Amino acid sequence: METLALSDPELERIRRNKFKQLMEGRRYLSSASREEGLTQLETKNFHQIVDSSRVPVVVDFWAAWCMPCRIMHPIFERLSKKYADRAIFARLNVDENPEIASEYSVYSIPTFIIFVGGKPVEQVVGAVGEKALERAVAKHI
Amino acid sequence: MGVGSEEPFDVIIVGAGPAGLTAGIYAARKGLRALILEAKYPGGRAAEAAQIENYPGFPEPVSGLELTNKMLKQAERHGAVVRTSEEVVKLDLRNPVKIIETREASYRSRALIIATGVQHRKLRVPGEERLLGRGVSYCAACDGPLFRGREVAVIGSGKMAFEDAAYLSTLASKVFIVPHEYPYGDTPTLEPRFNDLPNTELVTGAKLKDVKGDNVVRSILVTRQGGESSEIPVSGVFISIGVIPATELLGRAGVALDKSGFVLVDRRQRTNLPGVFAAGDCTANAMQIVVAAGEGATAAVSAISYLQSLRDRA
Repeated sequence: METLALSDPELERIRRNKFKQLMEGRRYLSSASREEGLTQLETKNFHQIVDSSRVPVVVDFWAAWCMPCRIMHPIFERLSKKYADRAIFARLNVDENPEIASEYSVYSIPTFIIFVGGKPVEQVVGAVGEKALERAVAKHI
Repeated sequence: MGVGSEEPFDVIIVGAGPAGLTAGIYAARKGLRALILEAKYPGGRAAEAAQIENYPGFPEPVSGLELTNKMLKQAERHGAVVRTSEEVVKLDLRNPVKIIETREASYRSRALIIATGVQHRKLRVPGEERLLGRGVSYCAACDGPLFRGREVAVIGSGKMAFEDAAYLSTLASKVFIVPHEYPYGDTPTLEPRFNDLPNTELVTGAKLKDVKGDNVVRSILVTRQGGESSEIPVSGVFISIGVIPATELLGRAGVALDKSGFVLVDRRQRTNLPGVFAAGDCTANAMQIVVAAGEGATAAVSAISYLQSLRDRA
């Protein structure tokens, strides 16, 4: 069966395309530095990663001076491990990337926006605790 | 856990701020079966403080998050069970075994310590809730930097409003200050220092009526004396009109509150109901972490002797 499949030009084309998509996905992810399993987003890679992702992307908009953001960090990391195979969990520093914060009208942090197919589908504002954030994420994965 | 026929907890503590966590440390250390229920995250309002310089034992400034995380670890190390993101929605305190319901479960306990703290006082104008996080904020320290170079408004009259306005005036292109009256006549006197702030305009004799904007804040609507209204274009509205106790459920359950909604307690942190104690900011104390911790300890000690008296009677 294996040889048959490989010799089929149609199947070979599909396989090549899949491989290309996979490698492209990997390249995007490695271009964004990954820290503790979280993708770090910046203005220059934001749309590349968020728009092309085949799984939902949960973005944590934060800044170093924001204490409620730091309260939510370990919670976000726990959820990123729990749902690692079903969504990309990413962080965006609003101080260093004000263009993206402004594009999505982020006027309070922490703000969590869930993107599906590059479109924001859900927004959670504030240090809401683990279950409230998980409920919002679970709706879209 | 804690559902139906199981043995009730010795003590349930509602709220995992400094008061609740300290009560948990004291109760668990005495061997009580103690459960702490927290609606959001541990640490409460104290966890949001960037720097704490007056908590004894910490000569170097410590962040609120670090301090309250240590309290959480200490409570858990002594055996207290802490459940976060679990909001209490109903209390039945009529019987010796009290029933505490959350969205997730129903618990039973012989003693209850209330440490629910305070929440930001709301203006209750249209647009306030709808535009929360979209220009409306209760925390200048948290959200201020997102308004760099924009025009904002601070609503409030007291020291807290002044501090917010002073901080925002270093970031925003202009800060409008709209004084606001509180109910119960407890409005703080208008800070005279408002006039000295650069970059600011005091909008006197006006009352805030609305926060406007479709998706984000575009302006505030104020009415001047004489009834004429005017619109001031701003991108941010910082509401700084104090705090109110988070005690709505308690009043309905028969706990005596003062006219502002704070829990009435005696020196041993006892409420009007036997076996029900309260500690921390929800009791209208000095709103200091060390005071909340002290009250939490006192409440736990009182709960311990209350449980002992039940056993002696049995």
